[in-house]
Amino acid sequence: MLDRQAIADRLAGVGYVADAGLATALAVMELLKRPLLIEGEAGVGKTEVAKALAALHATRLIRLQCHEGLDRAEALYEWNYQRQLLAIKAREHQDADETEEHVFSERYLLERPLLAAIRQVVPPVLLIDEIDRADEEFEAFLLELLSDFQVSIPELGTVCATTIPRVILTSNGTRELSDALRRRCLYHALDFPDVDREARILLARIPGIDAALAQQIARLVARVRKQDLAKMPGVAETLDWAAALVGLGVSRVDDDRAAVHDTLCCVLKTREDQARITRAVSDRLVGEAA
Amino acid sequence: MPAALAGLDDLGPAVRDRLCGFVRTLRDNGFRVGLAESQDALRLLATAGLDRPAHVRPALRALFCGRRSDWDLFDALFDAFWSGTRVKRRMTIAGSLTRTGQQTLHSLARLQQSSAPPGLPSEAERTEGDQQTEADPSSRREGASRHESLARTDFRQIADPAALEEAHALAGRLARAMQARLTRRDRASRRGSRIDLRRTIRASLGTGGTPINLIHRRPRHRPLRLVVLIDASGSMGFYTAVFLRFVHGVLDQFREAEAFLFHTRLVHMSDALREKDAGRALDRLGLMADGVGGGTRVGESLATFNRWHAARVIHSRTCVMIMSDGYDTGDPELIRSGMAALRRRCRRIVWLNPLLGWDGYEPTSRGMAAALPFIDLFAAAHNIESLAALEPYLARL
Repeated sequence: MLDRQAIADRLAGVGYVADAGLATALAVMELLKRPLLIEGEAGVGKTEVAKALAALHATRLIRLQCHEGLDRAEALYEWNYQRQLLAIKAREHQDADETEEHVFSERYLLERPLLAAIRQVVPPVLLIDEIDRADEEFEAFLLELLSDFQVSIPELGTVCATTIPRVILTSNGTRELSDALRRRCLYHALDFPDVDREARILLARIPGIDAALAQQIARLVARVRKQDLAKMPGVAETLDWAAALVGLGVSRVDDDRAAVHDTLCCVLKTREDQARITRAVSDRLVGEAA
Repeated sequence: MPAALAGLDDLGPAVRDRLCGFVRTLRDNGFRVGLAESQDALRLLATAGLDRPAHVRPALRALFCGRRSDWDLFDALFDAFWSGTRVKRRMTIAGSLTRTGQQTLHSLARLQQSSAPPGLPSEAERTEGDQQTEADPSSRREGASRHESLARTDFRQIADPAALEEAHALAGRLARAMQARLTRRDRASRRGSRIDLRRTIRASLGTGGTPINLIHRRPRHRPLRLVVLIDASGSMGFYTAVFLRFVHGVLDQFREAEAFLFHTRLVHMSDALREKDAGRALDRLGLMADGVGGGTRVGESLATFNRWHAARVIHSRTCVMIMSDGYDTGDPELIRSGMAALRRRCRRIVWLNPLLGWDGYEPTSRGMAAALPFIDLFAAAHNIESLAALEPYLARL
């Protein structure tokens, strides 16, 4: 049974407003047990999806932040060298084979996110963030893990998954991912939310915001995004801005245009962008959005 | 498996056939859809709650799409297929293809599709060889020499569309061959001296925990980033398409690469180049290159680049490659200041000028003369051979 409405409702319950497409993708993910690859610009709420999914299933969120040069030691497991050295010293006069057996046992193993994710009792949500920042070798290794859900540790043997985690991968598209990885995953292209959805997000996230104000701010942000900006404001920026305006006691954006312009620092994050949206421009945008 | 099979029985052969047809259409349009995906799609269709097209569409989209370009194309294909209207085997991706230059580009898509595995000779080459083998045992050499002569012909002088297509294929193959070699060199040149604790401790067991043999670790060799600026003005018309094909192939190998196109203004084209299928990428690029006619503004394009893109795409380990004939209708002073600013930011500047291959050419145009002092490598790029000559330089980057 694929009940996407139920998923959308439950996501809304944990404060994430999803559109029908994303709710379906999450439902399909549940059904087919495939990882979900979410692509989109910075700030569209890719990471939030994983957090919401973890909250929805009331389970742990295990996050692996990818970066250049990420290797197995950082992603999968590492031995606790200091303790191993001490143990070897302490057992200096014992049998070498036994010592080896001892220091390469579970006690000296440091779990990193990927290993932790497959050894939970309750299936967690595994967020592999910005996979495009890791290199091809790591991607290939990840692919292997995602299809078998088992890890071989040379000194210890093969560790099989006790549970299959729900896997969400995000990518900003700075590097092209391999076809193999893309095929393994479900895919969802996440865009900036439309005005209605952004207004609903504001209502869900900002306590005490007026529905009319939320609608106005959403319209305003949509117009700001249409400007030729170096860095587009994301949903997090919208939330900050709305919180700032609510905090300043603004009830309608066209009532207090000075406050709107002064709080633009919440959404415009480069000097060029700030110079571009002058008071005249912001007044015009407010006029359009009101 | 039993669950999946049960699902198949419920669906009946009609749905199964239609779905296979849909998958075939998707594959024809460049979607990477495997057997596992088709099977999962059947499972999805057999699932309760998925009985309306409005529900099926997003579910299948999530399953079948792999990249943004698939995503954008999916709805049109879905509608065309399931609403009964017949869909062409391969949809026209990039709008109107009326001009002759673009037709050539588009026909490349077909060529590229048919010559699937890299390394195999392209369609054109194979048929040519087949025809000649029976007649003449020395045909192989003839085929090769034909390529050789084509490699030396100035792109400008290739008029025959078939020969031009072959030149394109040659550029693509050259890029692929370079790719393989460049990658291997990268692996071979790794060296370094960080200690690998894990292996060291493992090795120290035999000596009672005293690490006598230190085991080193070789850090990854960090490759240069490549930024390509291609002149797409009228005077470069003959060269641009071949350059694009070549760049599309070479960029694949650079993990970090950005590409821009300029004529009277600057266009960012990295997205189009990320398209795997060369034909499709060239279609998109063809539209971008199809800018306003008239003069090139090299200086202004450089200024735009420095102002808006340089901070993001250039770091200290970047090689900038400019492909232009240096004919500029703007102010040469702009070129000078633009090149000087670029020089400060990046590691190397390569300028490829097709005119340099012509007999008796001197870089005396004002724009070119202004740019010269800032260039590390000034090379010809008028035929395949000159592009191939770049390889040793690129490998050293």
